[in-house]
Amino acid sequence: MDILDYAFMQRALLAAVLVGITAPAVGIYLVQRRQALMGDGIGHVAMTGVGLGFLLSWSPVWMATLVSVLGAVFMELVRWYAKTRGDIALAMLFYGGMAGGVMFINLAPGGSTTNLSSFLFGSLSTVSESDVTAICLLAAFVVLITVGLRRQLFAVSQDEEFARVTGLPVRFLNLLTAITAAVTVSVAMRVVGLLLVSALMVVPVAAAQQLTRSFAATFAIAVAIGVSVTIGGTVTSYYQDVPPGATIVLLTIAAFIALTALATPLARRRARALAAAQPGGDPAECAIPAGRESGDPAGA
Amino acid sequence: MTTEPVISLRGVRAELGSRPVLRGIDLTVRRGEVVALLGANGSGKSTAVRSVIGQVPVSAGEIELFGTPRHRFRDWARVGYVPQRTTASGGVPATVTEVVSSGRLSRTRFGLFRRADHEAVRHALDLVGMADRAKDSVDALSGGQHQRVLIARALAAVPELLIMDEPMAGVDLASQGILAETLKGQVAEGATVLLVLHELGPLEPLIDRAVVLRDGCVLHDGPPPKAVGQHALPGHDHVHPHAPAGTEPIRTGLLS
Repeated sequence: MDILDYAFMQRALLAAVLVGITAPAVGIYLVQRRQALMGDGIGHVAMTGVGLGFLLSWSPVWMATLVSVLGAVFMELVRWYAKTRGDIALAMLFYGGMAGGVMFINLAPGGSTTNLSSFLFGSLSTVSESDVTAICLLAAFVVLITVGLRRQLFAVSQDEEFARVTGLPVRFLNLLTAITAAVTVSVAMRVVGLLLVSALMVVPVAAAQQLTRSFAATFAIAVAIGVSVTIGGTVTSYYQDVPPGATIVLLTIAAFIALTALATPLARRRARALAAAQPGGDPAECAIPAGRESGDPAGA
Repeated sequence: MTTEPVISLRGVRAELGSRPVLRGIDLTVRRGEVVALLGANGSGKSTAVRSVIGQVPVSAGEIELFGTPRHRFRDWARVGYVPQRTTASGGVPATVTEVVSSGRLSRTRFGLFRRADHEAVRHALDLVGMADRAKDSVDALSGGQHQRVLIARALAAVPELLIMDEPMAGVDLASQGILAETLKGQVAEGATVLLVLHELGPLEPLIDRAVVLRDGCVLHDGPPPKAVGQHALPGHDHVHPHAPAGTEPIRTGLLS
């Protein structure tokens, strides 16, 4: 294991494991709320933070955290107040965030878009000591929220109206989810890059639910997939000299395809077991789908 | 003792967009009563119920829950809400137990479940006859079974007041019977119930009072219309999963 002899690889692997845990942990709530692309939007906004970090010579990770949290809060506000033009406002936020990032980094002394590319697509060798500290602190926050408040976040993401009637602070929890997603983007930025971070939030969850029936199992398997692909991708990129972000995302999609192929016979076996358990099932009982709607992305 | 109002609406008005949906509704539900809110599609019955639980902004009038103005009411564990079935689905699989557990959150501190909470969830599933499906995904259920799960979710907090929005819509006959039995048990234990219904159906014997809405106004508030009386309401679609064979349909409706 000569890979662990290098300090930069130790840091990269630690960051990779933390990303593998946090991205699916927050992503599962986004998928549950049918806001799978929210991470992508935050990733765009975070570019402005990276640019500002370069311009002001502050830590890009902390600046990206600050700006993406502000962006996420703004997105939640748009969701509350804007009825029909909400998507336009979000589009402006995303592209404004991207343009701001490119602009600021070019204004920075000695800065050019080349500096940005390691943040866009991930770069292991550039994970610094202070980055690792930031990533550890931010990841601890994400795990605390996504695990500690799992019942509340589950209830709000499953059925917002019902959650309000149980007296849960729905607006606060929505805001907290958005902020946690923004923090996760900053955690993942160094390893997978801003443009690919959303994949790691969504695809492990989609892969896990090919096999699962419960939220808890989906959560556990999604995190397991996340950790496996981030470690696998990091190690591969060390030996093969390929970009880590792209390797990780392609591995995640491969895992999705493999699990989907595995799920078909599994589902068939479960259906047989169910049919055996309920002899002479009432045909009227399966005529009505169980209320799965094709989606309401605005959550109106 | 039995006359204490649990829900009280006075002169409630509400608009959706600029269209008035409720135009000054008075409605009182007293402790232990089972009140059905009837009316055609678009009459405002769902909006009225959603205004009670604070999901629809009210432009005028007063709403009280358990004698407390609604905007100051915080004791939500006393209220069990069963939404129309279509609103409750997420993009990630969830088991019956996981969904029903959400209903218990109002009785927990910081969402930490103790043994009594797990037992309450199990008991709620027993009440709707879904204990054997506890570990199944809600996506694998029929419409009627799904509705039973949503009722169990409302019952998990052991509420004093049940508010149900069209609990019988899209529910197969077997589940309708179980739902009626569950509700009967709750009423026998002293629960207060406000139901939005399209037709009285198998719940008819339970209902003390019917309030009929039309165009956002209360048209009738009194004993439930006999048997199939509400069929005369505009927009009523004639679906009869429950009519026993040989029943003579009564043609003289409430509005005729």
